[in-house]
Amino acid sequence: MSANLPASSQTVTGPATASTRASTDTTTEAETKDCVLVEAINMALHYEMAHDPTVVVLGEDVASNGGVFRATLDLQQAFGAERVRDTPLAEGLIAGLSVGMATQGLKPIAEIQFMGFMFAALEQLICHAARMRNRTRGRLTCPLVVRMPFGGGIHAPEHHSESTEALLAHIPGLRVVIPSSATRAYGLLLAAIREPDPVIFLEPKRIYRAQAQRICNDGQALPLDTCFTLREGEDLSLISWGALISECTQVADQLHEQGISVELIDVATVSPLDMTTILQSVAKTGRCVIAHEAPKSGGIGGEIAAQLAEHALLDLKAPVLRVAGYDTVMPYAKKEALYLPGVEDIHSAIQEVLAFG
Amino acid sequence: MRGRQQFSIHFLQYLNAQGKLDLPLPEWITDTPLLLTIYENMVQARLLDQKAVALQRTGQMGTYPSTLGQEAISVCTGLAMAKHDVLVPYYRDAPAQIIRGMSPAEVFIYWGGDERGGNLNRTSRDLPICVPIATQLTQAAGVATALKIKGEEGVVVVSCGDGATSKGDFMEAMNLAGVWDLPIVFIINNNRWAISVPLAQQTRAATLAQKAIAAGIEGLQVDGNDPIAVYDAISKAIQRARENQQPALIEALSYRLCDHTTADDASRYRDADELKAHWQEEPLLRFQQFLHQQGLWDAEREKALQQRCQQVIDTAVAEYLALETEPPGAIIDYLHAFLPHALETQRAEIMLKSHAINSREDQK
Repeated sequence: MSANLPASSQTVTGPATASTRASTDTTTEAETKDCVLVEAINMALHYEMAHDPTVVVLGEDVASNGGVFRATLDLQQAFGAERVRDTPLAEGLIAGLSVGMATQGLKPIAEIQFMGFMFAALEQLICHAARMRNRTRGRLTCPLVVRMPFGGGIHAPEHHSESTEALLAHIPGLRVVIPSSATRAYGLLLAAIREPDPVIFLEPKRIYRAQAQRICNDGQALPLDTCFTLREGEDLSLISWGALISECTQVADQLHEQGISVELIDVATVSPLDMTTILQSVAKTGRCVIAHEAPKSGGIGGEIAAQLAEHALLDLKAPVLRVAGYDTVMPYAKKEALYLPGVEDIHSAIQEVLAFG
Repeated sequence: MRGRQQFSIHFLQYLNAQGKLDLPLPEWITDTPLLLTIYENMVQARLLDQKAVALQRTGQMGTYPSTLGQEAISVCTGLAMAKHDVLVPYYRDAPAQIIRGMSPAEVFIYWGGDERGGNLNRTSRDLPICVPIATQLTQAAGVATALKIKGEEGVVVVSCGDGATSKGDFMEAMNLAGVWDLPIVFIINNNRWAISVPLAQQTRAATLAQKAIAAGIEGLQVDGNDPIAVYDAISKAIQRARENQQPALIEALSYRLCDHTTADDASRYRDADELKAHWQEEPLLRFQQFLHQQGLWDAEREKALQQRCQQVIDTAVAEYLALETEPPGAIIDYLHAFLPHALETQRAEIMLKSHAINSREDQK
């Protein structure tokens, strides 16, 4: 599927390309509904379970409780206890089960309740899910999705607010996808489920119930491995993903009023990276700021900056700056605002880049 | 205080170390072809293992984990399973894999450092061997769950060593098998050693079989050097799993007569007398003595069998040594169903690097 995708970005408002795989419901008229991000995820899960009998949902509290964030609401009522399963409380087990199921023709969608609890699952994801196709030369495959809420900003307890997407992005064979709006959550989750290889789907829980968007429940997927250019601009490329897209949008709005034109790019699939879109943007603007919530060192921002240094040195009019979390453990709720990059941080980084010349 | 629950662990042994009967034989023992098949596969396994070690020692193969002394467990695992069952093997289970259709050459190919030894038999849905300890156990639970959800007949058989029972994955998988009534049989090859660490340093438990009790599933200990006990226990556990969706754990007591792998030297940490004593219990000779006693075996049959096995091994070695290198793109082409756009440049670099390496070698 992904090999057929165009290398260039998809604009959010643009028409779906022919290569975007979609399974449109032709029997009934698709429902259109205002959804927040977590409702869009729930809608996509319902849609795909209804259309693909091999899809199975598993995790802690996903069945009768509908997930602690309600992402799996009513799935068990709709699709039964065989296909929607509460597991014992063991993340390594959830991942191992998913690998085993995936090798036998099912499409498991596992929920890890919070990203901070994924570590027991990593051995299965890294040593098995990411390698099953390779080590059997394609005899067995591992088409699974692991969903995890991640990121800070909801005053959650310790271990509930980290952003460790770079750990996962470093693993060859794993796709890491992060939606930044309800619309993209719906379309990207459908694409993740239909992908024939493992996908880690990270859900920015800070915006789970932020701005609602009108979504047509037509089963239309969005492409993976592709950045989304959310707005076009001339003066600077602002690259981000997940919940921070909200702050980036605010900054772009403010700068627009000052006559500064920002091109805002939502990376969406942080691995493998669509550098084509980012390089095209920077070739146009000559300036780039990357914003992410994860700690700065070893983050995906560093990878993007390195690739700009490799491929766009002569396009750059100013140094590439990163706005990121600090290289410290995620503070508890009282100080998380100090840790999290905010509008002011993004704004001042952009001013610094623009002032360079 | 009063007693709440009582448990006991049974030990099954038909043939003692001298090949003599401790119990009346099970009903299936009249199946002479099966007895001979078990024996022939054990001999085949030992000779293949010797060849693998020899290939490593002569620099023709990489590090290899020997199956010496553990033939009864792996062979009976393979033979007790139906074709549509699913094997989830750990890395010391090549004999079972071969019985289930993997090419013997793949043992050499895999341990020779080539992914094409990953059990490429396309008609199989067995998992490939698992190197990270105990991780196959939760996967096996997933396979069993998949069979149940799809309404397919089939039992999952998953194996591990004694060291694996110290990991959480072991308990997590058995616990789930109990909760979800999974058609799965867990087999521990308790060969008493996890590299240099003896069983007494893995657990204070008197048996590994009793760990099943905490998961609410059946646990049984068998003499893993007694093929009749091993086959009897595994085939009956598979039958119960098939008919009643009833999981079970079988602890098969064996002894690692070899080093952990060819990269190990067990004489550094293991008493020579202990090893010598356990050679008296090894499964192959014991079973051969039994077959002799039953009038089912003689020197002439043994000679013919050795020749047949040697032919299989010679063919496998020839296939291994003649295997041409995979094209360089193979190191990235099997990662995804389709090469992501982002990896195209690196794939091109791989091709160029391979070309440069080949050119340098041509110049030498």
